[in-house]
Amino acid sequence: MNAVFIKELLDNFRDRRVILNTLVIGPLMGPVIFAVMISFMASQAAERMESRLELPVVGAENAPNLIGFLERQGVLIEDAPEDPEGAVRREDEEVVLRIGPDFGEAWEAGRPAPVEIIADQSRRYTGASISRVRSYLHGYSQQVSQLRLQLRGVHPEITRPINVTVKDLSTPESRGGMVLAFLPYFILITVFMGSMHMAIDTTAGERERKSLEPLLINPLPRWQIMAGKLGATTFFALATLALGLIAFVYAMGFLPVASMDVALNLDFRVAGLAFLLVAPAALLAAALLTILASFAKSFREAQSYMGMVILIPMIPSFWILIDPSRAETWMTLVPLLSQNVLILELVRGEAVNWAWFGFSMGTTGLLAGILAAVAGTLYNRPRLIFTSA
Amino acid sequence: MIEAKNLRKTFNKGKVVAVDNVSFTARDGEITGLLGPNGAGKTTTLRMLYTLLRPDSGHMRVDGIDPEVQPLSIKRALGVVPDSRGLYDRLTARENIRYYGKLHGLGKADIERRIEQLTEILGMSEFIDRRTTGFSQGQRVKVAIARALIHDPRTVLLDEPSNGLDVMTTRALREFLRELKKQGCCVVLSTHIMQEVAALCDRIVIIADGKVAAEGTADELLQRSGEANLEDAFVKLIGSAEGLLA
Repeated sequence: MNAVFIKELLDNFRDRRVILNTLVIGPLMGPVIFAVMISFMASQAAERMESRLELPVVGAENAPNLIGFLERQGVLIEDAPEDPEGAVRREDEEVVLRIGPDFGEAWEAGRPAPVEIIADQSRRYTGASISRVRSYLHGYSQQVSQLRLQLRGVHPEITRPINVTVKDLSTPESRGGMVLAFLPYFILITVFMGSMHMAIDTTAGERERKSLEPLLINPLPRWQIMAGKLGATTFFALATLALGLIAFVYAMGFLPVASMDVALNLDFRVAGLAFLLVAPAALLAAALLTILASFAKSFREAQSYMGMVILIPMIPSFWILIDPSRAETWMTLVPLLSQNVLILELVRGEAVNWAWFGFSMGTTGLLAGILAAVAGTLYNRPRLIFTSA
Repeated sequence: MIEAKNLRKTFNKGKVVAVDNVSFTARDGEITGLLGPNGAGKTTTLRMLYTLLRPDSGHMRVDGIDPEVQPLSIKRALGVVPDSRGLYDRLTARENIRYYGKLHGLGKADIERRIEQLTEILGMSEFIDRRTTGFSQGQRVKVAIARALIHDPRTVLLDEPSNGLDVMTTRALREFLRELKKQGCCVVLSTHIMQEVAALCDRIVIIADGKVAAEGTADELLQRSGEANLEDAFVKLIGSAEGLLA
């Protein structure tokens, strides 16, 4: 068993392509994509909130007071395009404000004066601009209504029966957790990436180069041969995971964390705990990919199966992204989902719940063990041994 | 010594009968040739002998060991050069051989000593420390033989050993097999090449359509068929010329 383990490591360490793909690109890809993604999102959000709002207005002359108010708020009033609806549809403008000719008349009569915001709400990026325009208009509307009430001798407070304030209990760490929702996926994917090549090379590859038959003639129970291979694959998965986590810790240092007002709790202690948490998943990935690759006759055939398997760790991540509910005990019992949930808890800086940790590692380890046992029996099937039989 | 009794193996749930009722004995100090056209069941028979396939019925003994009872001991007793001779391209010839030595549970010193011996006998000194990528067929076969014999087995099975070898390498291989015979080993090889059995084998087992068509020394086979040369005898005994030229 040891001999198989050592040979597979030596064999694969000799292949520069494997080393590059598995131990360099694999661990680096996640952190780099992640860091770029986050900093891009952060800088975009900041840009939208801080830049001056440029607002084309149709019929500005109909409401000079309103326009004056907007300009005092720092809005840059622009001339409206000929065809405001068309301009928005063509994405020349995000938001256009239209003040109709009957605005003045309604105003004089004390009726609600009509103002239109022309925008395409299905475009995600316009959300911020629309809500800014809305809030300016709302501000103006409130100011005027208070003045009108005061003129009639009514205390303006009377129109505010309730006073709503939001008390934000999120800590900088927990806000960081939202930004990091995709982190567990990138961490989990490293163990799949790391074990993929080895899983194929030690099984389908062995068959393709016709060395499996002579190998199995050696006086060694077949499960031991498989165990050696599985051990080597798991070793690679763990190495990729460790390197990936280290890369993440360093990548976080480059993020404009301060400008996002979040603290990303990903130091070496958290990375260490995450390693512990994901380690059983490494065996899970290795066993799963080894089983699949064992059925393939060639390297290429095996690779085509792998594309689909890589989607598996994505499922829980997407689910959490769509339905970000809080961690519950049952979640920690589901392999892959539990790692997602608990990594999120970790980076949000929550106290470590050792029972949950135990559940996660226990169930994942159990499933991995079952898969490994299945893998161990595979070479008892002649169909999987001979290249042609 | 190998004793095979009524070996039978079918594939596809009994639809394809690959080997049907094959019995023969291969003695120590002799080279036994399994001769037959392609697809006759030679490889399947050998695979049952080296226990990678389980016969549907029948049984066999290698030096008295029953593979059903002691599957690992029988593998220790055998040295096998199968049809697939894949080497690990990223390892050197020496590392390839050493790996098999370790799998046999041999000690480090034993492995190195044995590699030196085999390198000498098989003439591998030129390439023993080179990676096996780009090895010629002949070099590959030599490495495959060396790794199969690393544990100095008494019984040696070879499946089409001279496939793809040039004349010089084939001669060297035959010389090597005769050497094994002289040491008292039991050597069994399968082949579809007439000259090979004629030049090498003490006993010939002709297999066709999964059955033993005839068995005996070259002279016995000639007598039985009444033909003057082995090739004609072979054609007569298996009943057709099919597969001979392949």
